[in-house]
Amino acid sequence: MDIFKKTILTVLASLFVIGNVYADKIKIGTEGAYPPWNSKDASGNLIGFEVELAQELCAIMKHECTIVEQDWDGMIPALLMRKFDAIMAGMSITAERQKTITFSQGYADEVASLAVMKGSNLVGMDTPEGINLSLGGSDVKKALKTLTGALAGKTVCTQTGTIHQNFLESGDVGNINVRTYKTQDEVNLDLTSGRCDVALAAAVAFTDYADKSGKAVTLVGPTFSGGAFGNGVGVGIRQSGDDAIGKRDAKLLKDFNKAINTARKKGIISKLAIKHFGFDASM
Amino acid sequence: MDFDLMFSSLPKLLGASVVTLKLLSVSLFFGLIVGFLFAILRINKNIFINKFAYGYSYLFRGTPLLVQIFIIYFGLGQIEYLRSTFLWVILKEPYWCAIIAFTLNTGAYTSEILRSAFQTIKPGMIEAGKSLGIPNKIIFYKIQIPIAIRQSLPAYGNEIILMMKGTSLASTVTLMDLTGVAKYIISTTFKPIEVFIVAGGIYLFMTFIIYNVIKFLEKKYSFNT
Repeated sequence: MDIFKKTILTVLASLFVIGNVYADKIKIGTEGAYPPWNSKDASGNLIGFEVELAQELCAIMKHECTIVEQDWDGMIPALLMRKFDAIMAGMSITAERQKTITFSQGYADEVASLAVMKGSNLVGMDTPEGINLSLGGSDVKKALKTLTGALAGKTVCTQTGTIHQNFLESGDVGNINVRTYKTQDEVNLDLTSGRCDVALAAAVAFTDYADKSGKAVTLVGPTFSGGAFGNGVGVGIRQSGDDAIGKRDAKLLKDFNKAINTARKKGIISKLAIKHFGFDASM
Repeated sequence: MDFDLMFSSLPKLLGASVVTLKLLSVSLFFGLIVGFLFAILRINKNIFINKFAYGYSYLFRGTPLLVQIFIIYFGLGQIEYLRSTFLWVILKEPYWCAIIAFTLNTGAYTSEILRSAFQTIKPGMIEAGKSLGIPNKIIFYKIQIPIAIRQSLPAYGNEIILMMKGTSLASTVTLMDLTGVAKYIISTTFKPIEVFIVAGGIYLFMTFIIYNVIKFLEKKYSFNT
């Protein structure tokens, strides 16, 4: 009987211990399907800018971290359900997401762009090189008007639940036919197959795909930033609360902000950005 | 639980269930034709015809519907030659790709359901017809087919329900069916539990209707009355 009691006690005790271990080990969720931000190598290991940056930040915070994979469309729900503690998945800081979760300061920023297959009649669209929707002004208005005309009647493809979808559905470029996909890979496939006339995503997502696949994918129109495109990419964390986990989340946010500061000062973010993007996307 | 969200998403989800019902009815219609043709091929005595029909049903019953829809949508889309043919007019549209995948899938199951129904017809019934001098063609249309349809009703009812749930995979090829719209609402509200409960409730309700229609038909065409 004693042994029986002991076993039960040990099991119960271990349940409490798990709570403590959990406090020291951070789980970071990423998509693993949005190169060069995050992706997977041939043997299924997570790689990319954010995977390396996460390791650097954890080293600075002196935390043990594990990086776990999560489909994009379930990323925020999974964070809320405590499947992991932080999101590093090329997720832009937007007001809409901030209603549900909180973000660290941004660690990188990168413009969005439309892409088409070479030979599309959208190539050579007369727009400025880049527009910042937050700034507004006559240039932006004119560019949006040009885009509205160019995109009318076209099938525009993008990934579900992204800033790109928000922009396309915002009405800034008129009422267009938007088609959404679960992953960027699928967007790329349907852009090359011709089912999509034009696609919208991070500019690097297209250039990376064009480089690796050798397909004639080319960027058109202006690059986009500001407005619906958010304020850079940060670490997504649960909003803090009064219970133990809520307090821990508040501390985690502080730790991440500090670690990002340190990494920025040491030039770690710039170095990793140049390595993965080919230019300094750090912020 | 966010009940407000559940109520506010209900109209959108009900609207999307029309797409689901459309996908279901169109693919069941074509699937029944395909299934019927292949059931007849399956009871053919010629071994090549028989094996061909068996191969079809084996292929589509032996692979997941998700794989089938991906191969038809993303796979065929990558074949450059295909894109230059008239077939591309159909395959370019996610809707028709989904219909083709669902039709071929349900066609395979339906052919097996009908085949087994044909084979359960007691030889005595056909012999009775023959002894009365009824031509083979009439025996087939007036005896074999009605009995086979009645025999296959319970199993076919199951197939309709399975197919209805299968249409949820249409959302993987960008279609905004019930599941597609549910996912869309979740992508902006980040509340999967509430939205999927409502969507699940609608699926359950559709199953309830289908189940009762089949039950009514079974009773109506019962041999005992």
